[in-house]
Amino acid sequence: MTQLRVYQTEAIVIKRIKLGEADRILTLYTPEKGKIRAVAKGTRRPISKLGGHVELLTHSQLLIARGRNLDIITQAQTINSFMPIKNDLIRLSQGLYCAELVDAFAAEHIESVETFHLFRDTLDRLANSDMSAIALRYFELQLVNYLGYRPQLQSCTLCNKGIQPEINYFSSSQGGIICPQCVHEEVLSRRLSLNALKVLRLWQNCDYAIAVRINVNDELAKELETVIRDYLKYLLEKQIKSTAFLDALKVKPAAIDN
Amino acid sequence: MEFTTTAEPIVRLIEEFGKLPGIGPKSAQRLTYYLLQSPPERVETLAEAIRGIKQGLRLCSVCLNITDSETCIICCDDNRDRSKICIVEEPADILPLERTRKYRGLYHVLHGVISPGDGVGPDDIKLNELIMRIQKGGIDEVILATNPNLEGDATAMYIQRLITSPQIQVTRLARGLPFGGDLEYADDVTLSRALEGRQSI
Ligand SMILES: [Zn+2]
Ligand SMILES: [Zn+2]
Repeated sequence: MTQLRVYQTEAIVIKRIKLGEADRILTLYTPEKGKIRAVAKGTRRPISKLGGHVELLTHSQLLIARGRNLDIITQAQTINSFMPIKNDLIRLSQGLYCAELVDAFAAEHIESVETFHLFRDTLDRLANSDMSAIALRYFELQLVNYLGYRPQLQSCTLCNKGIQPEINYFSSSQGGIICPQCVHEEVLSRRLSLNALKVLRLWQNCDYAIAVRINVNDELAKELETVIRDYLKYLLEKQIKSTAFLDALKVKPAAIDN
Repeated sequence: MEFTTTAEPIVRLIEEFGKLPGIGPKSAQRLTYYLLQSPPERVETLAEAIRGIKQGLRLCSVCLNITDSETCIICCDDNRDRSKICIVEEPADILPLERTRKYRGLYHVLHGVISPGDGVGPDDIKLNELIMRIQKGGIDEVILATNPNLEGDATAMYIQRLITSPQIQVTRLARGLPFGGDLEYADDVTLSRALEGRQSI
């Protein structure tokens, strides 16, 4: 069977690196081909037909020609530029964080339509709602769901007994909950409040429309962020680079007000 | 290999030229043979000039532009407006702005751009130097001239967030349609910014 010389796909740009004088190599996340890479020629010049259509965090319809080494983008038309993300530093940092996670977790050419839809919908939520904390945690949990790292939250990962409504523990290396009876066997586990466990279980399984109905106070939000982030870091075996910027923006800067 | 019959120094120079941006194998060959036929003084002048860019160059103590003295030519110029700072990503960005002859203030070179996904944060570019410079006072306008792309915008927004003083006006280079461009190919971020920044004529 011969492959067509060109193909069409939707894609969201998750990474760009410079190539030569005026070109870029883009990492794209697509519904049918998963993560792919392609060259966007001339996009570092002011006059480029591709231009903003292949900017980071942009959802576009692309026409791509197969190349000997790398494929080449020949046409691009924006579907959604998620403009509020591009115009707000906090939203932007959150969008970049999601893109980094998709890039880090997704393997090239492994299709996952659910992941594409989750990513697209999350960018839309970050752009158009003020529920970013929930949108991000929901994204993280669902992402690991789809990509095969769903944490075990129903029974103890060590003794398999059902989890009781009490304070339990979460172990990133075991990939789930540890009951109070087993906790001495896993030193690196962290205390998990009953509320946090309930929310994690719900978000792991529900639609986003239900996820946003949960009332999460600051303390609980912090706990959820820490526990999930720890788990992601463990899975990736590395720091997630964009979290540093995400955290830096949470504190008010030492302003210049002279 | 086509070079096997060619003398080693020639092959070497062709290879070196070929590593430069925008120079393909054909051009590299042409430049090499051109120099081969040039008078020795000429080749010497070129070699000297090439060596010169790596000797005695440092960053300007004021704006961090590349210079061969303590402060750069722009910062030394008494005719320039010291109340304005134009912020650029790289030293190479100053030249095109200077060519317009429209700007008479000073510059600040960041030597990079905030790029969270690559692990480049505010502390990894020359932002603290900028903050200290503005804190010394006497600045009434900061012009953000980072590139009109996602990282350039992020950097501009970050700097804008730092400057809360009502005494300092923070401006961004107008963003919109490029001259010689075509409306048909414009993306909606560019177009909507062009609309927002429209001017009466
Ligand atoms: Zn147990
Ligand atoms: Zn200077």
